[in-house]
Amino acid sequence: MTSSKDTARPIVEMTGISIEFPGVKALDGVDLRLFGGEVHALMGENGAGKSTLIKALTGVYGIDAGEILVGGAPHRFSGPGEAQGAGIATVYQEVNLCENLTVAENIMLGNEPRRFGAIDWRATRRRAAEHLATMGLDIDPASSLGSHSIAVQQLVAISRAMVVDAKVLILDEPTSSLDADEVARLFEVVRALRDQGVAILFVSHFIEQVYEISDRMTVLRNGGLVGEYRTAEISRGELVSRMIGRTMEVLEDLQVRTDHAVDPTAGTPFLQAVGLGRRGSVQPFDLDVHPGEVVGLAGLLGSGRTEVARLLAGADRADAGTLHVKGEPARLRNPRAAIDRDIAFSSEDRKAEGVVGDLTVRENIVLGLQAERGWLRRLPGKQVDEIVDRYITALGIRPANPDALLRNLSGGNQQKVLLARWLATAPELLILDEPTRGIDVGAKAEIQRLVADLASRGMGVVFISAELEEVLRLSHRIAVMRDRQKVAELTNGEAVGLDDVVELIASGGTH
Amino acid sequence: MSATSAPPPRTAGRLGAVTSHTLFWPVVALVALLAANTIFRPSFLSVSVLNGHLFGSPIDILRNCAPLMLVALGMTLVIATRGIDLSVGAVVAIAGAVALSFIATAPEPEAIGTVLTAIGIALVLSLLLGVWNGFLVSVVGVQPIIATLILMTAGRGIAMLITQGQITTVTSAPFKTLGAGFWLGLPVATLVAFGVFGLVSFLTRRTALGMLVEAVGINPSASRLAGVQARTIVWTVFALAGLFSGLAGLILASNVMAADANNAGLFIELDAILAVVIGGTSLAGGKFSLSGTFVGVLIIATLTLTVTNLGISPLVTPLFKALVVAAVTLAQSPVVRRKLAERAVRRPSTSKAVA
Amino acid sequence: MTTTVPDGGTTQGARARRGGGGPATRRALRLDRRYLPVVGTFVVLALILVVGGMRYDNFLSVGVLANLFINNSFLIVLAVGMTFVILTGGIDLSVGAVLALSAVTAAYLLNAGMPAGVVIPLVVLVGSVIGLLVGAMVHVFEIQPFIATLAAMFFARGLCFLVAPESIPISEETFVALAGWDTWIGGQWRITSSVVIALVVVAVAFYLLHYTQFGRTVYAIGGGEQSARLMGLPVARTKVLVYVVSGTCAGIGGLLFAMYSRSGYSLTGVAMELDAIAAVVIGGTLLTGGTGFVLGSVLGVLVLGLIQTVITFEGTLSSWWTKIVIGGLLLVFVILQRVLTVRRT
Repeated sequence: MTSSKDTARPIVEMTGISIEFPGVKALDGVDLRLFGGEVHALMGENGAGKSTLIKALTGVYGIDAGEILVGGAPHRFSGPGEAQGAGIATVYQEVNLCENLTVAENIMLGNEPRRFGAIDWRATRRRAAEHLATMGLDIDPASSLGSHSIAVQQLVAISRAMVVDAKVLILDEPTSSLDADEVARLFEVVRALRDQGVAILFVSHFIEQVYEISDRMTVLRNGGLVGEYRTAEISRGELVSRMIGRTMEVLEDLQVRTDHAVDPTAGTPFLQAVGLGRRGSVQPFDLDVHPGEVVGLAGLLGSGRTEVARLLAGADRADAGTLHVKGEPARLRNPRAAIDRDIAFSSEDRKAEGVVGDLTVRENIVLGLQAERGWLRRLPGKQVDEIVDRYITALGIRPANPDALLRNLSGGNQQKVLLARWLATAPELLILDEPTRGIDVGAKAEIQRLVADLASRGMGVVFISAELEEVLRLSHRIAVMRDRQKVAELTNGEAVGLDDVVELIASGGTH
Repeated sequence: MSATSAPPPRTAGRLGAVTSHTLFWPVVALVALLAANTIFRPSFLSVSVLNGHLFGSPIDILRNCAPLMLVALGMTLVIATRGIDLSVGAVVAIAGAVALSFIATAPEPEAIGTVLTAIGIALVLSLLLGVWNGFLVSVVGVQPIIATLILMTAGRGIAMLITQGQITTVTSAPFKTLGAGFWLGLPVATLVAFGVFGLVSFLTRRTALGMLVEAVGINPSASRLAGVQARTIVWTVFALAGLFSGLAGLILASNVMAADANNAGLFIELDAILAVVIGGTSLAGGKFSLSGTFVGVLIIATLTLTVTNLGISPLVTPLFKALVVAAVTLAQSPVVRRKLAERAVRRPSTSKAVA
Repeated sequence: MTTTVPDGGTTQGARARRGGGGPATRRALRLDRRYLPVVGTFVVLALILVVGGMRYDNFLSVGVLANLFINNSFLIVLAVGMTFVILTGGIDLSVGAVLALSAVTAAYLLNAGMPAGVVIPLVVLVGSVIGLLVGAMVHVFEIQPFIATLAAMFFARGLCFLVAPESIPISEETFVALAGWDTWIGGQWRITSSVVIALVVVAVAFYLLHYTQFGRTVYAIGGGEQSARLMGLPVARTKVLVYVVSGTCAGIGGLLFAMYSRSGYSLTGVAMELDAIAAVVIGGTLLTGGTGFVLGSVLGVLVLGLIQTVITFEGTLSSWWTKIVIGGLLLVFVILQRVLTVRRT
């Protein structure tokens, strides 16, 4: 894995890093080397362990095994303050600065020059201005940080990192909310810092950006190390397949497939989005979903697939384009508006946006239906029992105890309960965002079978999954997302293979 | 990939099931208080019949706790939605002031019609005050503690405005019945408060209000995506809290037949929050226990009576309340719970569930 | 009038002085949004003064304004302490009761013959210790500030009655002499020892908030606790310390109240925490934390005091209008804050 040119000693050398959380091995023997004067990309799908690795390096998490060498000396950081002291600075995805303070205050916070023990504001502002100048940022240090765009805040955060003369700069998803010009500006700064000899760790879901800026990359998958590569020596297709891995063969045997012989695209679509979009979230896109059709959304995490789902479900409000449901124009101002139009949405964030943990399985299943009726018209107990029994049996929810608290169920069974919640509302369109993430193989197959079954009975389904095989098997049509836009749409069939989709995700279908 | 925390192992069997019940410690506290009183004064628990009415310390407790019972009822629902209502004391004062001022100026203060009208006006006004709080919280989006602080501050001024700064006193037998009367040997105030309490407990479980309130309190974003109209729910519970506080204010006013805008219901919001917390409803919202609140109210009423019985100045009562608050919140604090959970997990260390 | 806007030295004036090109001069005239609420407070204050001055004779007299400070010195100190807590996003309900406890303890100990030189630091320390307990509950046990300070409120109030159920008059000579000390500025503006102490507290608080790491961390926590932690700031220590500051201020407040009333009575300061919170909110501090100024809180106290004064001057208006007006003002400021925060996010 070591290339012959690496004669210089790395500034940071992490070897055999393992971190365990109760019940989960988040990192398992991962290595990472950061060289001065290099931009190093850390790649991997969500849950691959990127954030955990960064947090190990910055002292947010303690490590259970392994060694961290900084400048050749072993280090164990017990907090972000200590890591900063050792010259490791981090700029997090959601800029971790204080919007209520001024730019100068944010840059210098904790490192203000003193005069007779008191903070010397004049010197503080002057030094902040100097740091801004080196970044090429022409903003007033006394203006409040909140009045600037995310891009500027990002650069301010980097300025702050450089106050402590950082030898290592970690950029965690710095470009996720920037537009193209802003990214270019950020990259200029990053290159300048690299040329000064700073080691930069760059984390991003945007493949193109990684190829544009990085010299070297480390790929992680499922908490383990896949390998370290020179950017110039690995192709985009290779990178994507290393990131997602090919460990899904097990499922191939299950042969869950939608019947591709049927062509549901005849007739009017149930849902028709034209130029639907939301600033800072997803570029305007067109999408039709017909009754009985499974539309798959493929793309890496952060490519905009979730954002598309949220717009279709009224979870976020669109600020561009139009949406028609059953031929009628529809403005989905909130999830309730979508539910009233028979659209059901199961969020990817099961824990935060699905599970009501302290309620029972029974209550969770009828929650959607009851919400539709309002609090005054309670569902009759008999009807509730009938619905709950039906879905517990139909979906094989274990334990089959309607009075169990949902938080005590396994992830797969929680997912089934959420599916039951939505199916109980008898939707005509079911939007499933990562319904099979983090659940065991058996439950996964059951959910896939259910999706195929529902579609064959006339329900429209939008299916999102990071596992391309799954999308490929279930979908009639596949929309490919990349860098927050829809880049391609293909009709699924025998001729379409995994490699075609991977190729589209990697290249964007532009060549 | 996924780890699921298995349900906590049931080690202690039936005894464990009893002690781990949310009502266990509150009931123990109540029984201990009653026992201490009985030891100190053996006649404490005895109830005698006088003029066809029941008399005795237990009856005193039941009667004295009536207003707090009503206020704590509304507070429980509000807290379950992650809110808090500081204005209940002010609403108590306003309701009493409105009713008594109306009766005082009415041509026939003794007429049933007058009294019913007065009660009606007071209750409608209290409901509107609750609606106002709900509006600030659910529509304007002000934090509950601040939204209700406004009415808490202004409310007593409004009550004073109504009574023109006087302590309004009236003589009206029908109105006096509400706070000081007896029916079937029991205090009317108790019957009214317990009746409303029972009715609401029944309704929260018979309608879907209870479940939707809990859903909003446990996971607001999941509830929103499930289509729950959180705004309506939050608005409703604040309105109810106002209504119940108004009823509590009427009982208090009727008990002394005077509307004291400054002191009626003073600190009742703190007692109510205390009762809710003692009853096992978390201030973080979510699952609520009306029966827990019921026990919590009884504990506070008994504690107050105990302090008096022991010959301690009632002014020192806050000190005992502080000890109860500290004990209960520390026992409920996330840190202590985590420590306890760690100890519980460490014992059966063989079962490390990874799915 | 930029001198009324405290901001740790970045007033327009300071910026202009610095001058000399650079990007700063470009937007020197734009008012930072952070100052809007304080400016609002100032406008309200000015309005009351103008309207009062036009309606009533003698309203704008030096005596009235001097009395405003004298009668509210203890509330100023409470509001200063509360500002620290609210800036971090917390709340302190215990200050009224701690003030009473401190006043009662002072009266009790002085009556028992203890010298003032010992009693004064001791009663201030009482406040600090209660603040420390609250801070520990909030930080170590993760109890919501609301409940932790509620418990402290009950605790302090109960202790008050344990120490002295009756009002204790203070006759200790040194203390009485200290309380009675005053001086006249320009022969007209009367300043008492309480006012001097209150102003010193304000100055120290201003220094702490704007010129020390502690103060900057207070603001940073209010801006985002997680961010502050990731920036490597001492979040835990600071969170405990703000309650110590608030408790200490309540202790000093009790001292001032004892000096003001020459007695200690366990029922003083009931609901005074509400006045303090109201003053802080009206003074432009956001209840979500992170934005606000200690001088704003002083302005808030002055607004509350002026409302009282106006109602006294009006004569026909009864005293309860004070509460209603304060409630109304609170509503206006809370909605103003809400509008500002919504626009920011």
